[in-house]
Amino acid sequence: MTVLGAREHVELRSGAYADSVTLLDVSRRAQQLPGVAAAQVAMATPLNVEVLASMGFQVPVEATPNDMVLAVRLTDEGELAAVLDGIAGILAAAARRPEGGAAEVAPARTTASALRQAPDGVVLVSVPGEHAFVEAMDAVDAGRDVMVFSDNVTVAEEIALKRAAARTGSLMMGPDCGTAVVDGIGLGFANVVPPGPVGIVAASGTGTQQLLTLLDHAGVGVTAALGVGGRDLSAEVGGLSTRVALQRLDADPRVELVVLVSKPPAAEVADALRETAGGLRTPVQFALLGEPAAGASDLTTAVEAVLRALGREVPTWPVHGTARPASGGRWLRGLFAGGTLCDEAMLIARGVEPHAPIRSNIPFTPEEAIGPDLTAAAHTFVDFGDDALTVGRAHPMIDPTLRLEHLRRAATDPETAVLLLDVVLGHGADPDPAATLAPALAQVDRPVVVSLVGSAGDPQDLDRQRAALVEAGAEVHLSNAAATRRAIDLLGDTTEDVR
Amino acid sequence: MTAVVTTGVPLLADAVDAQGVPVTRVDWRPPMPGTRDDLATVAADPLRADANRRAVEAVLGVTASLVDVAPASEVLGLEAGQFLHAGPPITWERASGPLRGGLMAAAAFEGLVDDPEDAPARFERGDFTLEPCHHHSAVGPMAGVVSPSMWMFVLEDRASGRRTFCSLNEGLGKVLRYGAYEPSVLTRLRWMRDVLGPLLRRAVAGTPEPVDVTGILTQMLQMGDEAHNRNRAGTLMLLRDLSPALVSCGADPADVAEVLRFVGGNDHFFLNLAMPACKLALDAARGIEGATMVVAMARNGTDFGIQVAGTGDEWFTGPAQVPEGLFLGDFGPDDANPDIGDSAITETAGIGGFAMATAPAIVRLVGGSVPDALAATRRMHEICLAENPRWSIPVLEFQGVPTGIDVTRVCRTGILPQINTGMAGKVAGTGQVGAGLVTPPAEVFPAALARLAELARSRGAVTDLR
Repeated sequence: MTVLGAREHVELRSGAYADSVTLLDVSRRAQQLPGVAAAQVAMATPLNVEVLASMGFQVPVEATPNDMVLAVRLTDEGELAAVLDGIAGILAAAARRPEGGAAEVAPARTTASALRQAPDGVVLVSVPGEHAFVEAMDAVDAGRDVMVFSDNVTVAEEIALKRAAARTGSLMMGPDCGTAVVDGIGLGFANVVPPGPVGIVAASGTGTQQLLTLLDHAGVGVTAALGVGGRDLSAEVGGLSTRVALQRLDADPRVELVVLVSKPPAAEVADALRETAGGLRTPVQFALLGEPAAGASDLTTAVEAVLRALGREVPTWPVHGTARPASGGRWLRGLFAGGTLCDEAMLIARGVEPHAPIRSNIPFTPEEAIGPDLTAAAHTFVDFGDDALTVGRAHPMIDPTLRLEHLRRAATDPETAVLLLDVVLGHGADPDPAATLAPALAQVDRPVVVSLVGSAGDPQDLDRQRAALVEAGAEVHLSNAAATRRAIDLLGDTTEDVR
Repeated sequence: MTAVVTTGVPLLADAVDAQGVPVTRVDWRPPMPGTRDDLATVAADPLRADANRRAVEAVLGVTASLVDVAPASEVLGLEAGQFLHAGPPITWERASGPLRGGLMAAAAFEGLVDDPEDAPARFERGDFTLEPCHHHSAVGPMAGVVSPSMWMFVLEDRASGRRTFCSLNEGLGKVLRYGAYEPSVLTRLRWMRDVLGPLLRRAVAGTPEPVDVTGILTQMLQMGDEAHNRNRAGTLMLLRDLSPALVSCGADPADVAEVLRFVGGNDHFFLNLAMPACKLALDAARGIEGATMVVAMARNGTDFGIQVAGTGDEWFTGPAQVPEGLFLGDFGPDDANPDIGDSAITETAGIGGFAMATAPAIVRLVGGSVPDALAATRRMHEICLAENPRWSIPVLEFQGVPTGIDVTRVCRTGILPQINTGMAGKVAGTGQVGAGLVTPPAEVFPAALARLAELARSRGAVTDLR
């Protein structure tokens, strides 16, 4: 490498200092300046002098490690003055603080990490079901209470979580737990209710919401509503979380009465829980759907029993509007967002019309299962919140699309006699369900009965929602049981042959 | 008021927010592809939580003291023809340039060949044996080559009596650990063997209280060293602690002066104490059944390997990556060898790249700014089990460094450990070409996770979850 002296420049700057990493960066930038064939800016340490020598630069012998060496080799076009100006600019820029100041703290990426930052509080998991187990286990490991809103969690995963929770003292609410009220905070889909003497343990989200809203209408508040997941009272899970939740509420002095609400439980689990409840100080009232022997054939009668037990007056449950008269068709079409509300309606229908055929996507018996088109020559009860219908899609209480599509089909089916729908309000739910449902209902010429499950304090404005639905021709009940009975009564007007 | 942590759909977090309740939102994303089932299995392992707690306690409970400096033949029992190297096991055939260069230098240094260039034929013939440093309670930076005549730092956990070992640091530039084998390299190694090692041994023996290496690490982290790519404060504190005994040990004052000049002039001298201190701590967690903590990350210039507390001595390996960073002189990315060295033991223990926030002087290696360095350390907390209360970072309000890399959290977040590293030239004999940042190959973590899941299942601890 033979270079004319004038094309090469080596300069010592005594007293100048920058750390080696900065100078490596400065050198890299200097090498990119126009007119530069090679450049190195470095403190004259023995290593760097060696590096400079290997690049063909002669470093003055008087250089010490406290001197900065600036060495450049120009291309044929290079102008020394311009290059030195450029390097001066790079050195000055390297000495300046970068813009931006303090870094924004990135959010936690796992539940475990967030729990280190938030030393107390409850955890709410709503990731896709196949990943919920791991996130919920973080909470259980940390001994925190956790609500698993996610569905599509396997029974084996549920049992593993609940057994681990028993070891660490966590309360595991879920999976598929839609609603909870903990320390006055509504989690998931929860209605706004004042604090009060009732504690709820629920294996049912919308069942809890019906209880909350009926109690609210009766002027009775709730201390806590602890969800346990729809399968908790099954034989496999065996009420693992229900037992913990009952004990929690029993230990809370604010709770005067506990209500346990569940879809039909396994008999042996119900028996075992009755035994547990018998050992508690606080009275426990069982509202087990499908077990009329328990003293509550539906959610509304369960609430009435609670009110009586508390010495409160049982109000008349409100009804607004009047359904259109029947105009043909044979079947009741129940289109539900709430699984428990759907169950309750089916149980009532079966009680009233024991011989009428019933089909559902959440059937009580295999013979009653409905096909994938969700329609049948029978009374149909579809739960649009069921796991199978929420894979890759938001819950119908958030995203009404699927149910609205089906509503249009059912409304034009000549076999449809009466439409029965639920509309569930509260935190987390569609901010204005009537905005999409009312225009759809206005197109329907069949009788429509709606159970509007909402409290006076809910963010959607209960009065406004109700008015819009009534305006669209629906008859609006607060009690899902009353709405169901009314829908069956309306059937009677047209379906003499079935009855 | 109770707070809520939400993991999942923003709508539910918004609903809590609307109630005026403090919400901590997790930025959840799907895990690394193919890890879902194993993540669930390991999460369900009833041993895991307690095993990890014990692993963290074991690591944090270790204090490393410098108790001796001695030849590898004496403390490791190495014999002529036996060589240790960095990283997971490797053969000469698969060894990269810098590892071959280091082995050639060491063969000549041991007098097994007259000229380093004669060594490859002997290695090819199988005359010599290669084993990882990690299999001998040792660690070595870069090529990590250890031969019987090299002197080793001996660190001891006084509570358990366990020991770890590391060679003495040669300085920067043309040195064996970067794969150089020219005469100046061998001359320096001989001086280290004949003067540096013996004098340090006398200094260590003459120092009334053994040098508390863990304690120096505590202090240097508060003085701008991250103890991997910056060891300036640590090196000076070592000199402070050893100088009185060194000066008064009766050695030739010219030799003493040379030792002081050599150590003081080599900002990385303390790295070779930081590394075995980290290994000593991490080895305490080895073999804890069910623990998902990484106990070693090491590279041999070809493969990157990790070992995990709950999977015994098994290595999970993948191809070593080429670091990104800054280059010396005319060198560029094409000159760099893939990642090499046992020095990632520092990151495994929570310092080095994990403590980047405490070393603003070298932040340009992480891409240019102090906020980036703070973010890098915070990001490493996402994949770690705990914080080290002894090793804290002033600028992060004295938060402890992220400690105990959790295989499951790496797989869950996709965040890979950040390693600060030197770069060796890929051609044997080149020496150092730069310094920068590197990460492990992502696949080693799912592989380790799969093994943890398999072990949990074979213990009968976990039934089928799906």
